[in-house]
Amino acid sequence: MRSQHIKVLIVVAALAAIAIIVPNTNSFVILLTTRALAFSILVMSLDILLGYTGLPSLGQAAYLGVGAYVTAILATRYQFGLGYDFWLVVALGILLAAALAAIFGLLAIRATGVYFLMITLALGQCIWGLAYRWNSLTGGDNGINLRARPKFGIDLADEVTFFYLVFGLFALSLLLMYTLVRSPFGQSLAGIRERELRMKILGYNTWLHKYIAFIVAGGFGGLSGVLWAHTAGIVSPENVVLTTSVDALLMAVLGGAGTLVGGIIGAIIVFGLREYLSTLVPWWQYVLGAVYVLTILYLPTGLMGIPERIRRRRALSGSRKAIKNIAPAAS
Amino acid sequence: MTSTLLRRLGPPLLGGLVAFALMSPANAAEELRIGFVAPTTGIFAQVGKDMVDGFQLYLDDVKSDFGGAKVKFIVEDEQGKPDTAVTRAKKLILQDKVHMLVGGLLASSGYALAPVSSAEKTVYVVPVSAADDLTQRDLPKYPYLVRTGWSSSQPSHPFGQWACDQGYKKIAAIGADYAFGYEVIGGFQRAFEACGGQIIQKIWPPLGTKDFGPYIPTIRQDADAIFTLMVGPMSLQFPKQLAAAGNKKPVIGGGTSYDEFVLPSMGDEVIGHVSALQYSAALETPKNEAFVKKYRAKYGKVPSYYSETNYTSAQMIHEVIKNNKGTFPGAEAFVQQLAALKLDTIRGPVSIDEMRNPVQNIYIKKVEKKKMFGYGKDELWNTVIKTYPNVSQFGQFNKDEFLKTPVYSRDFPPCKFCN
Amino acid sequence: MNTQFWLVQAFNGISYGALLFLVGSGLSLIFGVMRIVNLSHGSYFLLGGYIALSVIWTTGSWLLAIPVAALVVAVLGMAMERVFLQPLGFDPLRQVLLTVGFAFLFQQAALDIWSGNNFDINPPDALTRSIVVGGLYLPLYRVFMIGMAAVIGLILWLVMEKTRIGAAVRATVDDAQMARGVGIDTSRISMLIFSLGALLAALGGVIGGAFLGIYPGLDFEMLPIAFAVVIIGGMGSLGGAAIGALIVGLADNFGKALFPELSYFTLYAPMALILAVKPTGLFGRE
Repeated sequence: MRSQHIKVLIVVAALAAIAIIVPNTNSFVILLTTRALAFSILVMSLDILLGYTGLPSLGQAAYLGVGAYVTAILATRYQFGLGYDFWLVVALGILLAAALAAIFGLLAIRATGVYFLMITLALGQCIWGLAYRWNSLTGGDNGINLRARPKFGIDLADEVTFFYLVFGLFALSLLLMYTLVRSPFGQSLAGIRERELRMKILGYNTWLHKYIAFIVAGGFGGLSGVLWAHTAGIVSPENVVLTTSVDALLMAVLGGAGTLVGGIIGAIIVFGLREYLSTLVPWWQYVLGAVYVLTILYLPTGLMGIPERIRRRRALSGSRKAIKNIAPAAS
Repeated sequence: MTSTLLRRLGPPLLGGLVAFALMSPANAAEELRIGFVAPTTGIFAQVGKDMVDGFQLYLDDVKSDFGGAKVKFIVEDEQGKPDTAVTRAKKLILQDKVHMLVGGLLASSGYALAPVSSAEKTVYVVPVSAADDLTQRDLPKYPYLVRTGWSSSQPSHPFGQWACDQGYKKIAAIGADYAFGYEVIGGFQRAFEACGGQIIQKIWPPLGTKDFGPYIPTIRQDADAIFTLMVGPMSLQFPKQLAAAGNKKPVIGGGTSYDEFVLPSMGDEVIGHVSALQYSAALETPKNEAFVKKYRAKYGKVPSYYSETNYTSAQMIHEVIKNNKGTFPGAEAFVQQLAALKLDTIRGPVSIDEMRNPVQNIYIKKVEKKKMFGYGKDELWNTVIKTYPNVSQFGQFNKDEFLKTPVYSRDFPPCKFCN
Repeated sequence: MNTQFWLVQAFNGISYGALLFLVGSGLSLIFGVMRIVNLSHGSYFLLGGYIALSVIWTTGSWLLAIPVAALVVAVLGMAMERVFLQPLGFDPLRQVLLTVGFAFLFQQAALDIWSGNNFDINPPDALTRSIVVGGLYLPLYRVFMIGMAAVIGLILWLVMEKTRIGAAVRATVDDAQMARGVGIDTSRISMLIFSLGALLAALGGVIGGAFLGIYPGLDFEMLPIAFAVVIIGGMGSLGGAAIGALIVGLADNFGKALFPELSYFTLYAPMALILAVKPTGLFGRE
């Protein structure tokens, strides 16, 4: 469809704009954008579950946690992952997070709707509990400080270089996820979201579809965690606390569930408000809360859903006009 | 074509030149930008407020004028989370271009901010964060760090000696389960066992525990006394629950367990409790009396050690800038000069040792209910009952031998008498 | 670890469970009737505590603070339900997200109104003493908590089982469509239950405030624990909430005393396992 191509072009143009403009702003903006990009990989992974499969998860932060802690522990305790082996850590982060999702998925996938919400909350809390109290492994409340960023030919300690790395991985994740949701597998996921019963009758193994989506989402969450560890320079139980999962969920809804790019939009808005606005005015938290409430009330399809709503309204008024022309007395 | 081009480009070019001329950096001596990181929201918000107020009071006293330099005081909220502290610090350094970073509350925040100061080559003045290793085994990593507050185990070393002098033989310790808790109790254990005492138990409730129900009944009955290290809301709840459980043993503890930030909210259950710190609001010197009166008149409460240490840190920074005739001498020179300072402050005489940590008096203080400084009501005060002068972070121990042993942790010193 | 140790720990666990019952029962009822996961429940708990503090500061009466705080928060809950939740209709995800948005707003408002200080709700002196039973020191305040929870639990049970409105509530929990079919105004029931839930949470905050303190962050700390209670005990079941609260209170207490490194894991792992096997909780109705 042409509209689809236009959408893709707009997204590509926007991404190109970010890649060109941001490195020329001041270091703090670069830092913030890097953070938003790293976190938005998690938000997009949540969107696969929420927007495309219809599974609202309140425990995605657990996978970010796995990726982040693996990175931090390997870097500080075993001096591993600070050279070319950084890429091994990336792979490891993704695999371990996906493995955790595989285990958790066995427990969670049978549930739907609010029950799924609750069970993912419980599972997320399990990981938080471990991060918080398993002092010997995770450093507990103190967290783990990553002293330096990896160096392999390029020095990631440089903010701009690091920005490009995170941006590149973000763009790659977006591309992979986009390919996934446009594939037949992705379309069946959408079918499950709309009418699971019908899909079952048609012979689809809906459990398996959901399970795989869950594992894929977990894997991307792990990638997000690896990048987050190096962006923030410190990993602590705060990364896996309930409010982090809630944040991701709200960002996905704010940007627009089921749009993938909604994730980065939501992330940029929330991070921007939280980090930038907070330094300008003291009542920024009200703005954030109000934004959430208003979006949920009046803009349930999020910001990316606005063009769709406009189109629908136009189509509706168009068809009304058509009806008026055909049957002026009846309307 | 060229004329159109000129017409198009002329105004913006001219404007750009004008802007460039106006933008030329002001004389660096004129403004001293100090970035302050403290928890102004979250569960440690009250502590953060004391930190900011203490520093601000000094600025008000000298009208923000440090020997000719105009101080710009920028406060950022770290929410008590090391993660956030790092982001805020980076914002202060990269965006606000501060000359120095001051603050950080928890030991974990200190450990998180120190590497930032090294990476960004920015001075980091530490008035509160007491993590031992910042000025011990990790010092070489942090060439821009100077501590103006204390190290966690600093008061514990003379305190352990004091406990022996009281005749205590066996003590059970209970403290918050994080670095600060380990270091305060660890220092006490080292000193107490060096003079013949025994720590027979170490219990570690998680930081932020409010219900001590699971822990209090496990305290060994054969202990002569209980040593507690509590912070934040824990300081308020623990003594109450301990008293309600029928405890009759003497209770001693780390300075933060009874510091003035929480003392006004406590009840009679803490009368007689003894602790050790480099400051007490009940210190009977003219300097302190004036400080307490001024602070209380302005902020409506007795200053805590958080207030005092930030006030004194501001004073010390002022000294250095004054000696440089109102200019910032660059990060390295500033650190050198601050570390060479000797000053008579509200808490007593303070000098900085060669590992950039203060050498100062340690006061053993006991909670009493009485009237002080001419105030009409009977209130809880930390009366100073003994002073140990010139205490360094190594206390009565040899520095080199001290540094050879590992940093105090959950398992160090090992609990030999915990059966 | 003698008998005294076990007895005291059990007593502590039960008293903590009493507090959790107050918080969890409201949440369970809200879920049972409206099928929404109320993520602002922790905020009601915290606001209850703060309002009680204000009452105590202005009137000096702790006794007065309890009903005033509970009622104010109940009204607040009612307003939120009528103005924001009800128009959304039956849309669990959006309702959940809405409650979270409000949780953030409440948190900021509380900070602005009451500042970030840690407070303590001081009960009358009589309750700060301990009674000695068989050599065990039992803090009277904990006994009071158990007593309050028992009384409130009894009142709730009587209303649910013996009154017409209670029957209407139970019908709505069991099958909302059917209930509407027989003429029950489920919309009014929803409003009632939501404010009741808020009231119970606020009561928890006032009573718990003397025990845990009142400070920013308490709202999101209580929330997962309240959920553990509801999930283990079963959504929509009052008896389930009581059992769940007891289990969580005891597990939390003993877990911390005996296995400190796994203390939170021992709480949430069973919760996850129960949900996996029976998504509606041990005594949940579906």
